[in-house]
Amino acid sequence: MDPINVIRSRTVVMPSSNIDTDQIIPARFLTTTTREGLGAALFADWRYDAAGKPKADFLLNRPEARGCQILVAGRNIGCGSSREHAPWALLDYGFRAVISTEIADIFRSNSLKNGLLPVVVDEATHGWLVANPGAEVEIDLPGTSLRLPDGRTAGFPIEAFARYCLMNGVDELGYLLSQADAITAYERRVG
Amino acid sequence: MTAKTLFEKVWERHVVVPETADTPAVLYIDLHLTHEVTSPQAFAVLRSRGLRVRCPDRTLVTMDHSTPTDTAQIFGGVPIALESAAQQIRQLERNCAEFGLDLIGLQDDRRGIVHIIGPELGATQPGKTIVCGDSHTSTHGAFGALAFGIGTTEVGYVLATQCLLQRKPKTLAIEVANRLQPGVAAKDLVLAIIGRIGVNRGTGHVIEYRGPGIEALAMDERMTVCNMSIEAGARAGMVAPDDTTFAYLRGRPRAPKGDAWERTVADWRSLRTDAGAQFDQTVQLDAAGVEPMISYGTNPGMVVPISGRVPERPGDAVFARALEYMGFAPGETLREKPVQVVFVGSCTNARLTDLEIAAKVLAGRKVAPGVRMLVVPGSQRIKHEAEARGLARVFTDAGAEWRESGCSMCLGMNGDTVPHGQYCVSTSNRNFEGRQGTGARTLLASPATAAATAVRGCVTDPREFLN
Repeated sequence: MDPINVIRSRTVVMPSSNIDTDQIIPARFLTTTTREGLGAALFADWRYDAAGKPKADFLLNRPEARGCQILVAGRNIGCGSSREHAPWALLDYGFRAVISTEIADIFRSNSLKNGLLPVVVDEATHGWLVANPGAEVEIDLPGTSLRLPDGRTAGFPIEAFARYCLMNGVDELGYLLSQADAITAYERRVG
Repeated sequence: MTAKTLFEKVWERHVVVPETADTPAVLYIDLHLTHEVTSPQAFAVLRSRGLRVRCPDRTLVTMDHSTPTDTAQIFGGVPIALESAAQQIRQLERNCAEFGLDLIGLQDDRRGIVHIIGPELGATQPGKTIVCGDSHTSTHGAFGALAFGIGTTEVGYVLATQCLLQRKPKTLAIEVANRLQPGVAAKDLVLAIIGRIGVNRGTGHVIEYRGPGIEALAMDERMTVCNMSIEAGARAGMVAPDDTTFAYLRGRPRAPKGDAWERTVADWRSLRTDAGAQFDQTVQLDAAGVEPMISYGTNPGMVVPISGRVPERPGDAVFARALEYMGFAPGETLREKPVQVVFVGSCTNARLTDLEIAAKVLAGRKVAPGVRMLVVPGSQRIKHEAEARGLARVFTDAGAEWRESGCSMCLGMNGDTVPHGQYCVSTSNRNFEGRQGTGARTLLASPATAAATAVRGCVTDPREFLN
């Protein structure tokens, strides 16, 4: 996992609320045993027609979406299934951050584990982002703030340890493994 | 002593290292349920780092999600039709052999949907922490366990360390007064709850379902309610264990035996929310006012009583899009709406009592012409029991398909799908776009409503057949 510091990119805006993980990647793409190559299946049922051809009117198929690393979504993105294939697909496609007013618990946790930054902002900031698709914004992870093109900033909450892991490009497994003695002691105590 | 909630009591028992400002708590996991779809990448991480599974005896592994429900493919020597699913199943077999895990495999009599066999085997118990790479792990909270879904990375963490890093969630009490009316099911209750609080009110919270309306429910019904906690955004939903819980567990293969049983039950009785304990949020609902429910939209919060109408929300573009997908108009009645598929199954509603109520409606009747009805038992054990009791015969005599256990048509990844544009009244948990197959239109309902709809070929109030 590459360390994250500052993400600077234009945005793609999908303002719908409750974009569930079945939309992010439908279940039929989950019969895989690897995590690679899922970007092709991202938003598959919205992105392609029955013949598998890209739908011209879908956001990600428009030329202006190319190269955008930040997805701005409506409230409660990532609800539903726990499939980690959802952040894997977003990352493989090229996204590095998701901004919303609310992000579903399991999707948020899965995103943090993979270096996809979940950014929850206030309604006013979100409203501006939705009204200005394609705006170039900057997400500052060390400073836990989002900077809009006019210089205004908005803070976002992120769990301290998750932030540390993202900034250093490490996962939580090393830390958990380092707790082996405490885990063994717990097992002896509880029996 | 401070008054504590049920959740707090279970949480505190499992803290290995307390949380600090810098680090989340290290939380011990008593039972890890594992299946073919969300585990392969986790085993790959263990392999690449040279790690073993820390507690094989706390790891219960089976196959259900991409596994077919066609008898010929399970027992008849016919190759699994979906090659990628077959590969996934073989990969799970290899992973279990390599890491020393006991696998409840394809032809094992104990096999079934992971959230159905955990309780059935008595592995699901009050006060335990239970996780699985599946969001419907909340089902096990019906026993007073703290049970929640995790992603594949965390599946790897639990395999390697039997622990997770967690911040303590908030609590949401859902207090249910009175009892459900005859002909109204636990599924209707939970759909009414989600319709009331919405699909995100539970985010960041653990739900405790409490009150007389919950205490009156049998275990199968409590599981249906807890199962759909995630559809309200809550990773976990719990019910305090009581005599109903203990009677269900007694004598099950993995339940404590002899003196240990009595000692354990005495401890389980302490797992109740203390008088005066505080919840972060409380919602009240009257069970007596709940009617049979049905969904009309593309998330489980979009539900109405079966006698109701599709709401009108002028100017709401997301709502309009959902109705367009469903082919419904604002103000339209759902009753009498023709359907092409009926599915009775899934971790929400594929237990024996679900099949019994569906059979009660179908007995001596036929599935309407032009309707395909699938009845998929939640486990092989339920399948055999339903066959022994004559339920399976009722289904097949009515013209329904009776299949091997698995997730089946709940999610389109195992060969069982709803064709594009068709309507399916389904006892499953999600009516998301494309959930049951590309372009499929799902109407969530109880097993009784599903069976009544199958008989008449259109959305039907089950009380016409039951009362």
